[in-house]
Amino acid sequence: MTASPAPSTALDLHKQIQSGQLSAQALLEQTFNAIKAVDGDIDGFLHLAENQAQQTAEQVDQAVATGQPLPLLAGVPIALKDNIHVQGVRSTCASRILENFVAPFDATVTTKLNAHMLPIVGKTNLDEFAMGSSCENSAYKLSKNPWDTSRVPGGSSGGSAAVVASNQVPLALGSDTGGSVRLPAAFCALYGIKPTYGRVSRYGLVAYGSSLDQISPFARTTKDLAALLKVIAGFDPMDSTALSDEVPDYLALCDQPPKQLKVGLVKELMDSDGLQPDIKAAIDQSIQHLEGLGATFQTVSLPHINYAVASYYIVATAEASSNLARYDGVRYGLRAEEAQDIYHLFTQTREQGFGTEVKRRIMLGTFALSSGYYDAYYGKAQKVRQLIRQDFETAFEQVDILLCPAAPFTAFKLGEKVADPVQMYLTDIATIPVNLAGIPGLSFPAGFDSSGLPIGLQLLGPHGAEGTLFSVSQALETASGLSNCLPDVYKQQGVAV
Amino acid sequence: MSTASMAAQASQTTYEMVIGLEVHIQLKTTTKLFSDALTTFGADPNEQTTPICLGMPGVLPVVNEKAVELAILTGLALNCHIAEVTKFDRKHYFYPDLPKGYQISQYDMPICYDGHIDVLGRRIGIERAHLEEDAGKLVHGGADGLAGSTYSLVDLNRAGMPLLEIVSRPDIRSSEEARVYGETLRNLVRYIDVCDGNLEEGSMRVDVNISVRPTGETKLGTKTELKNMNSFRYIQKAIEYEAQRQIALVESGQAIVQESRLWNEAKGITESMRSKEDAHDYRYFPDPDLRPLTISRQQVDEIGARMPELPHQRLARFKDTFGLSDYDATQLVDAKELGDFFDRTAQHTKNYKAIANWLMGDITNVLKTQQQSLGATTLTPENLASMIELTDQGTISSAIAKKLLPDLMAGDKTPQQLVDEKGLAQISDTGAIEAMCKEVLEANPDNIAQYKAGKTKVLGFLVGQVMKASKGKANPQMINDILIRIIENS
Repeated sequence: MTASPAPSTALDLHKQIQSGQLSAQALLEQTFNAIKAVDGDIDGFLHLAENQAQQTAEQVDQAVATGQPLPLLAGVPIALKDNIHVQGVRSTCASRILENFVAPFDATVTTKLNAHMLPIVGKTNLDEFAMGSSCENSAYKLSKNPWDTSRVPGGSSGGSAAVVASNQVPLALGSDTGGSVRLPAAFCALYGIKPTYGRVSRYGLVAYGSSLDQISPFARTTKDLAALLKVIAGFDPMDSTALSDEVPDYLALCDQPPKQLKVGLVKELMDSDGLQPDIKAAIDQSIQHLEGLGATFQTVSLPHINYAVASYYIVATAEASSNLARYDGVRYGLRAEEAQDIYHLFTQTREQGFGTEVKRRIMLGTFALSSGYYDAYYGKAQKVRQLIRQDFETAFEQVDILLCPAAPFTAFKLGEKVADPVQMYLTDIATIPVNLAGIPGLSFPAGFDSSGLPIGLQLLGPHGAEGTLFSVSQALETASGLSNCLPDVYKQQGVAV
Repeated sequence: MSTASMAAQASQTTYEMVIGLEVHIQLKTTTKLFSDALTTFGADPNEQTTPICLGMPGVLPVVNEKAVELAILTGLALNCHIAEVTKFDRKHYFYPDLPKGYQISQYDMPICYDGHIDVLGRRIGIERAHLEEDAGKLVHGGADGLAGSTYSLVDLNRAGMPLLEIVSRPDIRSSEEARVYGETLRNLVRYIDVCDGNLEEGSMRVDVNISVRPTGETKLGTKTELKNMNSFRYIQKAIEYEAQRQIALVESGQAIVQESRLWNEAKGITESMRSKEDAHDYRYFPDPDLRPLTISRQQVDEIGARMPELPHQRLARFKDTFGLSDYDATQLVDAKELGDFFDRTAQHTKNYKAIANWLMGDITNVLKTQQQSLGATTLTPENLASMIELTDQGTISSAIAKKLLPDLMAGDKTPQQLVDEKGLAQISDTGAIEAMCKEVLEANPDNIAQYKAGKTKVLGFLVGQVMKASKGKANPQMINDILIRIIENS
């Protein structure tokens, strides 16, 4: 399958709506038609929010009719991962335990999307509670990779990636705890950015690993991605971990090409035997593009990065075991009605409500925090995390950004890795260190492998360097032409006009 | 109870108690510790909750800065160090009244540590005071108590209420000391206005850790934890009972089980809570949703500068400045409202003893009878002082003054106005009193003879008769003097 540019980006659509060429309601209708036509094959959506989306679209058209200026991205349909709250709409987290849970409030990002009048069309599939790398841990459906529907879209935000890559919507939000946006972006030829920890409020995001989670956007171009991050980023008094720094104009920064850029290549991630040869070639291609812009390259070492996956699976699971303790059948969600006493209400509800991977991680995390094991596991993992943070700090003293793969391989077959959790965990070897360090990481399309599957690479920067990442990503996008990539089969059916 | 009186009957060994108190005080904030739900007492079940109190998916805690300030103020009053950096930790256990499956508390970096207060002349160490959120409560249905109940309802109004847990060192050695420690702490938190200090309503809760050991032994015995005591009297009784129970076990060679025990006031005993045998593993770890709090020296100083007078400081001042006895001063310090009123009245009269007597005597009696607080009456410090002055000047007798009190506490007239209106001014006119005395003596000639024969007690009777004739208005000292003069001259 070959890539062809889709006619319209999110910013194009927004412009057309603003100028009155296109009504938001017509675009929304087209969007729902595309979803009906396409999503049966992709299974990206868990449920739709047609009424809410319609109201927002009407609001946009009314604003245009009365000559009011529209906020950035107004009228552009967007999909949200089903662990981000939209008041009055279910948030299942792809779990049986929250099957009928209706969000009682808007996430802060939802409030911001509403203020910018982006119709939220529906909620997308994910690995249960965002735990997974292939979207196969959903209790409800298997999402497919639009580039090859026998393959996974990546996870955990696989549904969001799949609906953008199949031209159902131009934008989506996911959440990235260990690579859950950057990996599916790479597998689906999308742009995705995991912002600096705290850049986007987590209020209303159902927690998995609180010290790692960040709501993160998907788009098909750098500028769409930058615009969307600008809309959702910012301080939030409801989130004590939110950063108070002013949000830069990311969109404007896309048009400021990097000068005398010093780029580091991560030795440990380049030398890895597991790295697919096509991906090495894609890295070389990107190096050439950047050299053409005057960038210089050097190899840097992140000596503790080989311990990142181990450290991550202690920290993330410890936090998960705590965050998921609230699902006890008492106040909301699934309840084991047949339980005869409170102890069995707890155990049977959790037994019935959680899937295998969630149980595995709760047990791992519970063990890691247990009395007598805390120092050996959680304590040590935090120390490793600190060392990894320092590795990055040292690297960023030498270079402006790092270039590395987003994953060691391209999209794998559905079912290929489900039997071997450790192989599945290693998928995230290049993305996990970024969450541990809290730095921003941008995944961008960098070509296709010999089977025609998208290759994604990452740009990493120090805390708060999103602007730099956008400017480099835009330069690469221009040089490579890998902009607005869609599989041919979905090019015609989508929202594009 | 003294160590000596604890000697077990069967042996000559004497024992001492080793006691530490864990006191939870509910901080007087408008909103909860990590959400903006209100803290007002007495709302309908689950009315005062937000998604945060309910532990909904997707919520995040944000620490209430007012609660942090009140914790610092309390820490300073307890002579504690205030941490420069403090953090919150999650304490995990499953219970239906605990919405998140964990309680946000402070594990190894409490906001206040290493303090002390003085109790009955001994210094009791404060190990730490830490902030934590309260749990909700269960209401058991289908029966009077948990036993036999067929269902339980959860009320989460209390969930997330700000608590400061004040943990003493095991320095307390008697039940009386434990009670006074608790009372001292209650006075303290009321004086600095961080907590109502109400044990019955649960705004202050006291758990007691107690063990016994032979006097002179330095190793600690196995401790038990006593709960469910909602008055200081019960605390003292529960400790007495538990110490004797533990001594009896030790004496008979049985092991003391480390456990929580509930005080059963009806039976006057402590009972095992029969909780699960395995010890809890709370799996504490730093709450990733809350960044560590940095507390600047400047902030501590600013809060310290707002510290009001503390009970022990007021006690010293009442004794030194106003010359009150230890007993009077203590009474007025323990009842803060009376002490405050004393201070304000003392600005208008220098008869401090009289103010104390009025407040602790007649005024307290009226308040008790009418089940009122002083603030709910119309009595003003100016009027109380004026009444004392009128009495001291001899304008009214103390008997008249007592009669005026209800009017002063329920009306809006000054003592002078009441005296004028009711014609209650004391008769100090010698001629008028002499005339009344003569009338009384003429009616009771026998008494004159008795008095002359040395039965001077009859004078009291005669004074009373004159007083009656004057309708209580004659100056009693003048009656006394005039009667003696007339009798002796007759």
